[in-house]
Amino acid sequence: MKKKNLLQRAIIIAVVTLLGIYIVIGPRRKPRLSDFTWSGIKTTLASNIRLGLDLKGGSHLVMRVRTDEFLKKLTEGNALAIQTAARDAGYPPKDVKVEATSGNYRMILEAVDPSKFGEIEEAVKKKVDLTDWTSSTSGNTNTWTLTPTAQRALAEQATEQAKRIIESRLDAVGVAEPLVQRHGALSSHQILVQMPGIQDPERVKDLLKATSRLDLVHVVSPASPAPVQTYATKEEAEASLGGTVPNNRKTLEYAERTEPTTAGQPAAATDKGKQWVVVEWPAVVDGSELRNASATQAQGGASDYQIAFSFKPSGAEKFGAWTGANINQYMGVVLNDEVKSIAYIKSQIFDQGEISGRFTKESADDLALTLRSGALPAPIEYQEERTVGPSLGADSIRAGVRASVFGLLFVVVFMLFYYRGSGVNAVVALLLNMILMLAALIVFGATLTLPGIAGMILTIGMAVDSNVLIFERIREELLTGKTIPSAVEQGFQRAIVTIIDTHVTTIISSLFLFVFGTGPLRGFAVTLVLGLVINLFSAVYVSRTIFMWQLSRKRRLESLSI
Amino acid sequence: MIQVFKSINFDWLGRRRLFIGISVFLMLAGLGSAMFRQWKNPDGAFNLGVDFKGGTVVTTKFNQPTTAEAIRETLARQGLADATIQGVTDRADTFLIKLPLERTGGEQSQEVELGRKKVRDALNTIGPEREAYEILGTEAVGAVAGAQLRNKAIAVTLAALVGMLVYIAFRFEWTYGAAAVIAVFHDVLVTLGFFSIFQWEVSLTVIAALLTLVGASVNDTIVVFDRVRENRRLHRRDSLYKITNDSINQTLSRTVITQGLIILSVLAMVIFGGDVLRNFSLALLIGTIVGTYSSVAVASPIMVWWEQRIEAAKKADALGAAPLTARSTRAGSSKAKAEPLSARAEKHPRGAV
Repeated sequence: MKKKNLLQRAIIIAVVTLLGIYIVIGPRRKPRLSDFTWSGIKTTLASNIRLGLDLKGGSHLVMRVRTDEFLKKLTEGNALAIQTAARDAGYPPKDVKVEATSGNYRMILEAVDPSKFGEIEEAVKKKVDLTDWTSSTSGNTNTWTLTPTAQRALAEQATEQAKRIIESRLDAVGVAEPLVQRHGALSSHQILVQMPGIQDPERVKDLLKATSRLDLVHVVSPASPAPVQTYATKEEAEASLGGTVPNNRKTLEYAERTEPTTAGQPAAATDKGKQWVVVEWPAVVDGSELRNASATQAQGGASDYQIAFSFKPSGAEKFGAWTGANINQYMGVVLNDEVKSIAYIKSQIFDQGEISGRFTKESADDLALTLRSGALPAPIEYQEERTVGPSLGADSIRAGVRASVFGLLFVVVFMLFYYRGSGVNAVVALLLNMILMLAALIVFGATLTLPGIAGMILTIGMAVDSNVLIFERIREELLTGKTIPSAVEQGFQRAIVTIIDTHVTTIISSLFLFVFGTGPLRGFAVTLVLGLVINLFSAVYVSRTIFMWQLSRKRRLESLSI
Repeated sequence: MIQVFKSINFDWLGRRRLFIGISVFLMLAGLGSAMFRQWKNPDGAFNLGVDFKGGTVVTTKFNQPTTAEAIRETLARQGLADATIQGVTDRADTFLIKLPLERTGGEQSQEVELGRKKVRDALNTIGPEREAYEILGTEAVGAVAGAQLRNKAIAVTLAALVGMLVYIAFRFEWTYGAAAVIAVFHDVLVTLGFFSIFQWEVSLTVIAALLTLVGASVNDTIVVFDRVRENRRLHRRDSLYKITNDSINQTLSRTVITQGLIILSVLAMVIFGGDVLRNFSLALLIGTIVGTYSSVAVASPIMVWWEQRIEAAKKADALGAAPLTARSTRAGSSKAKAEPLSARAEKHPRGAV
């Protein structure tokens, strides 16, 4: 019965070992003979193990979506709509104020006649969707407050939308195998972007962050042929509106013929030609109606580029209706709150337009790309950037491997010296542990990071501990005068209680690291947990089988090399 | 068979005053250093890395031989006076250029993006990128992310400790769990103390090392406690004091071998692991040494003391205070040498309640 048991154990171990070795060094396709030469093994090994960015090089970005800005914009937009709706219904309000601090978004309508609140609310409800807002009245004011549930839901939507836009921008700019995922707690609205192989993330960072926003607006000015009305300073422009800017007007900078701009960044302010204009707000059509945008060469200079755009049917309809009704009026093309060009409307236009402004090829490409991928719902800000060049990564691999090899060497030499024959037993278990750990990393698709290597080195320590615990226990049992088989039996039985307790406590703490930890801590926890679980197999099961085999070879064993 | 210890019979618990004294001294030294540095500079208690403090580190390789001083001057000329330059010990041509977060207003997020650009602009005055120098890597962390990472690291460590406490309480007694956790807490404090005294940089990987040592130190304690549990079943007549001493002695060769091997392989990491792993391995090295010491010198005395107080309290409840005084004098005189802890506990039963 013992013999059969031993055979069964030997088969299990052989299968697991061979499988482990093949997973580590075997290719993921039909193997060829050349795969088993030294260089062949090296290349398959490199393709099998997924290295983290800190080892293979690349850029890791964590950004936060400013959902507070998003909610603020939403509140402001709604306030404007409420004012318009109330006015259109014949109850022009005294004032509509907006309160937007983080966690608190309100619109406060001050009415001329508080007794008409019911009518105002009715009229507003028809025009503006206020399902997410709670309404309350006190004195001559009516306040709409955005509910916390809606705040959370809207912020979440904005983050998801930003994530999709970032994905499409990364795709458009041609970053290979990017990873885009949510980061941290859900309420932190963070997005993690990993870009393997990117050494200089500056351009991509600017591109992802760009809020490129296109608006086509009606410029307040006497109609053509009179020249367009511009002002030398912002103050002058405001003065033309009587000092305060009403909700439906905006003063904007007009920088005709600016220097080439890069996406998302305002042009370097050149004093020459910097003017201000007053425009009607909201815009006639905005970037959300865009169907396409692309960089084209300007007709004049060969080095100048412009951006040609076209609208979706709904936008084209709006644009066509407005241009038809406003022949000879001035229209402004506004990019990121800066008027790029102003032209008078010669005839009705439906769906075509262009932004000129002396762009370089690259900046025009980037701008067109950000316009195409849609506007980010809210600005994003970078919170973390980690970029590792390939040479630095290779250095880390070398250092990590060197440290592991030296550590392993120490351990092997000591075990063989101290435990003699049984030391071999421990060394076999240790090597098997390393192989199976790599195999497990590959099977689970985990990435090996620098802290991961540290976790592996620690696993070596824990694996040795298990063997030492067992061997010391066997020695103790032998000293009390037990026969060899029963000393081995007892040694394992007693030591295993301790081994399980020590392993479970370490696994518990590693699980906390894995679940709640961030990037580097996680990589560490993954290898440690895998290593410890495997260790229960290699140090206990395998080591024990080798002892059983040794004992079974002779009927009566006189001495045990331990 | 080679043996570290043939047969050892050392009274570990008898030296508890000395051990606790050493531990208290080490903890006070670290705490003193942290407080003194904090007093001198509000952020000075620890040399926090960018992970926790925020800021930018640009790893730069120079193709012409240069010195930290020369780089500092170049950067200072370009308005980056607050940059710190740190050489990489295993590569003479590579330097870490560290920029702190700018503390003007709420615009910290800008800083995360611009650190690399600023350094590059300043270095371009030496010569063009790739020819004169090469940026090998950047790490930039904003203040918000830094605080987040710091809070998370502390929370995860505490959560892991509670998790272990619960597990040990479930497998042993809750006093064992508490003793193990106190010992681990001690290890973390002492290790952090070293980091404050020598101003080694505390980065995210150092936290990983601290967590590892939390695991490893509890391991070591469990090995002793496990033996105590076993011996208590086998030798019901012996006092806990004697059993604990015996258990420490029985597991001593394992402790020395395992911990010695771990210390050796961690030492290999300190020596051969390069700069990237240095602080991680330093934390592990000190933590392992302290952890080995604490499972014998801190966890066991606390556990014995605690158990004895509970025991004494139970006896006091059962017998009342008066007869116990007479009994304990006798016990105290006959067993005073072997069981000083228990004798003391029985002499002052009121203190136990």
